Formats: sequence, C-alpha cells, structure tokens
Amino acid sequence: MVPLSWYMTLSIAVFAIGVFGFLSRKNIIIMFMSIELMLNAVNINLISLSHYLQDLRGQILAFFVIAVAASEAAIGLAIVIALFRNKATAHVDEMNEMKG
Amino acid sequence: MIQQLFFGYFAFAVVILSLLVVTRKNPVHSVLWMLLLFFHIASLYLFLNAEFMAAIQIIVYAGGILVLFLFVVLLMNLRQELMINKFIDAWPTGLTFALALFVVVIMSIKSFVAAPPGKYSIDLIQKETHIKALGTLLYTEFLYPFEIASLILLVAIIGAIVLAKRRLKS
Repeated sequence: MVPLSWYMTLSIAVFAIGVFGFLSRKNIIIMFMSIELMLNAVNINLISLSHYLQDLRGQILAFFVIAVAASEAAIGLAIVIALFRNKATAHVDEMNEMKG
Repeated sequence: MIQQLFFGYFAFAVVILSLLVVTRKNPVHSVLWMLLLFFHIASLYLFLNAEFMAAIQIIVYAGGILVLFLFVVLLMNLRQELMINKFIDAWPTGLTFALALFVVVIMSIKSFVAAPPGKYSIDLIQKETHIKALGTLLYTEFLYPFEIASLILLVAIIGAIVLAKRRLKS
C-alpha cells in the first residue's frame, strides 16, 4: 500500500513546478499550461484523499475542477487570440500598455 | 512492493514530464509532453480506484483542452519564438518562490491528520460500481453545484465567442 503522504508530495512537487512555470516563462500560452499543471496537481491531491478517506466527495470536487479548467482554458485562449490580434506577440513582457 | 514500484515510476515520470513542459522552448513540444503527462496522471487515478476520473482526464484534458492549446500555438510566430530567451529576466525570483512553497508545504504534510474514513469503502464501490456511486452523489447531494457548473460552461462558451470575434468595421 502506497502511503498517502507520497501522493501529497507528488502533488506539491507538480504544483511547485507549475508555479515556477507561471512566474518565469515569457510565453503566455506556456503560462496557461502551467495553470493547467497546477489544477492537475490539485486533482491528484483531491482524488488520493478521496481514496484514502473512503469518501467520494473529493472526486466530485475534482470533477468541478476539471469543468472550471476547461472553461478557463477556453476564455484564456480567447483572450490570447484577442491580444495577438492587437499586438502580434505572445510575450508577457512586451504587453506593457497599461503601465501596471 | 510492486505497488510502490509502480507508483515510483509514475511519480518520477510525472515530475520529469512537468519539468519538460515548463522548460521546453518550442510550445508545440511543451503541448506534446503535456499529452504524455496527462496519460500518466490518468494512470495514477486508476491506481486510486477512480476509473471514471481517469477516463474524463483523458477525454477532457487530452482530447479537448490540449487540442485547443495546439490550435492557438499554431497561430503564433514560432520562428521568432525559437530565437529569443524563453524565460523572463527575473526567473530566479520565480524559482525561489516555487522552491520556498515546495519546502513549506512538504514540512506541513507531516502534521496532516486524516479524518475518520467515510462510508464509500472499496468493497462498497466495487459492489455498486464506481460510476453509479459517483453519479448518485452528483445528482442528489451535489445537484445545485452541478447546475452552477453547467452555467459556468455556458458563460465560457459565450465569453470565448465574444472575445475572439473579429470587430465589425462600422
């Protein structure tokens, strides 16, 4: 039997890699993929907890996370297309019109 | 023993593939490594007796979301992408932050105390089948959140069309 802490360690490792990718990549599409990576890490954690606590609610929550991830990808990529049409770049460090 | 070995392989592969996803210069390579990563994560779900989640992991993520990513990657200027530096100038900050997060949460895992187990034991799920147990819970106790999820998907469809639509010249 694999202990629960192994799954949690794997989950936080993938989450940390996703955080690194989101904070340091230049390409906005890779940043979106890092967000998907983080959501997947959360899903691994939820489903392993659901298995070890013998409760299906974790899997229901993972189900909703997948639904939100799908809609987030659709909206995010639509924003990328709109940005690309105005600016012809996918690099976040060149999008500085708002001076934020 | 064999279970630990299998988990070890899949955990190692998942970590290596996630590193490959965030470090490849060519976005198409990143998307293809991510496809392999999603298959490995689906196998992990099979280990956890969640076969329905493994199925929708492959159908929704590998079949839907990654194809969407691939379409948008094709709109980009890849030739220019391969010339320039792939990380922003302040990438050590991101690395430090991610490592700090990793260490802090690893420290806190030790203090995790599991709640008493619920009623959905492996025997019960095997008797009732996984999809039936999940569906019964989803359509009774979680009916309201399920409807909200459908509304979120509707908003995503309309929002994506409105955002990506070409402005009409007036």
